[in-house]
Amino acid sequence: MDSWRKNPLVFWVLNLSPSAWLILFFIVPLTLVWVLSFGEKRGLLEVAITGTFDNYARALQPLYLEIFWKSIWMAGLATIACLIAGYPVAFAIAFAPDRWKPFLLLALMVPFWINILIRTYALIAVFRTRGYVNFTLEWFWDQANGLLTLLGLGGYQLIGARYEPLELLYNNFAVNMGIVYAFFPFMVLPLYANIEKLDRSYMEASLDLGAGHWRTFFSVVFPLTWHGALSGIIIVFIPALGAFFIPDLLGGTDSQLIGNVIERQFKSANDWPFGAALSFLLMYITFGALALRALVAGRNRGLDV
Amino acid sequence: MTDSPPIISVQGVSKRFGNVAAVDTVSLEIRQNEFFALLGPSGCGKTTLLRMLAGFETPSEGEILIDGQDMTDVPPNRRPVNMVFQSYAVFPHMSVFDNVAYGLRVTKTPPGDIAQRVQEALHMVQLSEQAERRPDQLSGGQRQRVALARALVKRPKVLLLDEPLSALDAKLREAMQLELVRLQTTVGITFVIVTHDQHEALSMANRIAVMESGRVQQVARPAELYEFPNSRFVADFIGKMNLFQGRVVERQGAEMTVDIEGLGRLVLPGQDKSAETRPVSEGQEVGVAVRPEKVKIHRDAMPAGPIVLRGQVREVAYYGDTSHVFLRLDSGQVISANLRNDSRTSDPSVKIGEDLWCSWEPQDTLILDR
Repeated sequence: MDSWRKNPLVFWVLNLSPSAWLILFFIVPLTLVWVLSFGEKRGLLEVAITGTFDNYARALQPLYLEIFWKSIWMAGLATIACLIAGYPVAFAIAFAPDRWKPFLLLALMVPFWINILIRTYALIAVFRTRGYVNFTLEWFWDQANGLLTLLGLGGYQLIGARYEPLELLYNNFAVNMGIVYAFFPFMVLPLYANIEKLDRSYMEASLDLGAGHWRTFFSVVFPLTWHGALSGIIIVFIPALGAFFIPDLLGGTDSQLIGNVIERQFKSANDWPFGAALSFLLMYITFGALALRALVAGRNRGLDV
Repeated sequence: MTDSPPIISVQGVSKRFGNVAAVDTVSLEIRQNEFFALLGPSGCGKTTLLRMLAGFETPSEGEILIDGQDMTDVPPNRRPVNMVFQSYAVFPHMSVFDNVAYGLRVTKTPPGDIAQRVQEALHMVQLSEQAERRPDQLSGGQRQRVALARALVKRPKVLLLDEPLSALDAKLREAMQLELVRLQTTVGITFVIVTHDQHEALSMANRIAVMESGRVQQVARPAELYEFPNSRFVADFIGKMNLFQGRVVERQGAEMTVDIEGLGRLVLPGQDKSAETRPVSEGQEVGVAVRPEKVKIHRDAMPAGPIVLRGQVREVAYYGDTSHVFLRLDSGQVISANLRNDSRTSDPSVKIGEDLWCSWEPQDTLILDR
């Protein structure tokens, strides 16, 4: 293929449409929002760009900082849950027989064919008081109770008089589960890609030298697939940080995340400049996370295997 | 050495992947302090057998005993063997020192001992200077030494080597062959090496097992394997061989009279000891074989001897130390003979198209019944 230096015309023609797309739908709106964040609300639809920092000052009030902090914490927790659950799944797919792999990867991706909103609503049916989790647990309770009755211990009510359904919905737990469920594949795929290309003989060598499976995982597999984990962490953490309809649908009164606050500013509160300032603060946090990743990746350069 | 008890005993071991038997009822005994080679073409099951010794594959049938202990339920990390992998598998995220120390750390060796043993092991493979280096700063040969030190520092009863030299260039490979033999004599550990390279096996091993499609064809010392192969496969796989079809006409003890297709009738004295026990009977079709370096070439007509044949030079291949001459015999068969270029002026000046005579001693003839 020609180098773009030799044939600049081809290069420019080929890059025209993606560049135009990027400028029109990414750079321009982003700039508009950025400019808006330095404005003042004057009327119902009127915003004056005055160059004020008031919106940022307001966004840094303890009330909002607390929500920022909570969002980071929730997103972090969900990311860690994804990481812990993601490794075994990625391992299982990477070590499955070759003819199974496409189907397992497909199974991981199939939920994406259904709208995320519908999937989140479906979680309500799973977690609510009369939901599938509670149905399952109740079934087990019934079995255990039946067994106790059979043993002649039914009268003592050892596991309670009746099944008490768990409160799983409309709290932070439900929000976390929702985020984990929504972004789980984004963790598994980069992990899978890294584990898949990891030379099996590293693991065998570790076992051969006397290490157990846990030791092999933490001393050999994890350090050598850390790049995949890092990619997974970033692409789960960033959207999780901005999640708004998951806490909306699954969360309780104390489950407001920064995404909900921003959404409210643009919609019901109709305070676009303040929403813009909050959005940009969130983006700076995201940049911070990406810079951290670049730093860690840079320090480990030359370790790619 | 012959009387020492076997350190590894493989008893009727098979390994099937689906319907394919990668290893097919193999029985072997490897003795203490032996340098043992598993030799065969790719896909013959030698690596699978080695991996079963290490514990990475479980036999479908049969048992493996290491130092008298049944290894069936023993996982790789609890076996008294260590392995040098074909890819070396030197951990890229650890220094040379940490790589070698890894196997001691995971088994909770006291830290003081670790430092000392690692130093010893690195000294043994001449890598003391590189202890703090990272694997990506080492050459292929050095990485292999790390893999060796890492395995030997564990003081295993058996060291398993999976094609350890295949990734090295020819010169380095020769040097490493000598070094491995030196190491083996120094540490006095049984080495089991897997290789597809006959020269490697012949030059390094005390005994060699030749494998073909999952089965062991012959187990013997290198010289015995070369001079007394027990089958056409072994004869052909080890070194070069002129092979003819023949039929046993008469047999008296070890002495045989054989009709060789196109070459005539030949009486073979019973030089080959194993021939006495071979189940060769009169009238049986056999392979008649002779090594090219045992075939002599003469420019002048020879007095008729037991084996004297006339042929025309078809091709001459010059290898520096030897020249291989290919003669087409009057019967139409092609025979190859090696000429040693043992003097600078010994250029055979054999020309293509020239008529020559060749001969060999009857006792250098091999009878192969399978």
